Amino acid sequence: MTAPLHVAPAERISSTSFNEASARTRVELLLDPGSFVEFIGPEKRQISPHLRIFDLPEQFDDGIVVGHGRLDGSPVFIAAQEGRFMGGAFGEVHGAKLTGLLRAARQIRSTPVLILFDTGGVRLQEANAGELAIAEIMRAVMEARTAGVKVIGLIGGRAGCYGGGGLMAGCCSALAVSEPGRIAVSGPEVIETNRGVEEFDSRDRALVWRTMGGKHRRLLGAADVFTDDTMQDFREAALDLLGLVGSFGLDKLKAEQMRLGDRLRRFGACEDAVDIWTAEGIAHAETVPELSADQFIALANRIGRTSRDAR
Amino acid sequence: MEDLSFQHRARGRAGGSRQNAIVGVVASGNLEVLVERTLPDAECRLEIKTAAVGFGEVWTAVIGDFVERYSPGGLRFSINDGGARPDTVSLRLAQAVRLIEEDGR
Repeated sequence: MTAPLHVAPAERISSTSFNEASARTRVELLLDPGSFVEFIGPEKRQISPHLRIFDLPEQFDDGIVVGHGRLDGSPVFIAAQEGRFMGGAFGEVHGAKLTGLLRAARQIRSTPVLILFDTGGVRLQEANAGELAIAEIMRAVMEARTAGVKVIGLIGGRAGCYGGGGLMAGCCSALAVSEPGRIAVSGPEVIETNRGVEEFDSRDRALVWRTMGGKHRRLLGAADVFTDDTMQDFREAALDLLGLVGSFGLDKLKAEQMRLGDRLRRFGACEDAVDIWTAEGIAHAETVPELSADQFIALANRIGRTSRDAR
Repeated sequence: MEDLSFQHRARGRAGGSRQNAIVGVVASGNLEVLVERTLPDAECRLEIKTAAVGFGEVWTAVIGDFVERYSPGGLRFSINDGGARPDTVSLRLAQAVRLIEEDGR
């Protein structure tokens, strides 16, 4: 064997795509080097009790990596979904690992939680357990936040953040998203199947991305930070958000309700995302999808709309 | 799903001091390999759960070649396979040995 290729850590973090990396690589590169300690690692073999019944392959970590580590020297809890295993979908064990992490954070109070979403929603083969897990996690997020914990969502994986994952993202203190990171509840094919192709053409990729993609979510204020796709960019986005998130209480929930009501009043009649961007005062709104990350970030900062005061 | 199991004698103990390592993801055409340092120095065991039924002979050949080339003594390999091609299997096995032979936890 020849000697392994050793790439300097600083180079690796700025040259690795969040979108293409595995959950384990994302965790390793997002946190301070060597600081990650996993809870219920793959050697514990805490696998799904359901997949075997359906004659389907299992994964030793059930598609989610959870643990603690350090970000710029400060302790954080972290969870990362593996979008390539069953589309990152929530099953019983997968969900319980995230619930447990959030409950630990609630007990400790001072340690923030980073959730690297990459999910299509609930795993159909264990749908009841998965749906229960979604509800438990949403409650655990809100309880952790009520106890003073910052819960930050990072979204840029290939599965996007759909189904129950989209609901959880809505519960987080703040979100960072990259262009390929899509956020929604019902996916394109689900909408088309239920409402018809005139409602939503799932094969129109440009439509899918401008309706559910990271740029639109940033311009609507659902995501606070839009970031480029490298691990370095996501690390900086996580640090930014940890610095921005304020305290949480009933006032914040009321403000969020106002923000969403106002958004519906302003944009409820729009037929397309481009109409919304135009109503936001963006000149040549139809060119937004083509903007580079840097150009888009400059534009989004001019628009300014975020959920920062509401969430 | 099909379960396969292989037991080999290895020429020598695998290097390094790490107790376990994992590579790969269970997806179509991919697999994960969990490797643990739990066996006597001259032994090597591989347990495979594969979605592709009926490829026992190919696995026998790939693993025979792997043990011959890397001498992974003392290591237990647990594999979840989503129907990977033989070259991908060889690559992941080599990555797993390389990882557990690295220094660190």
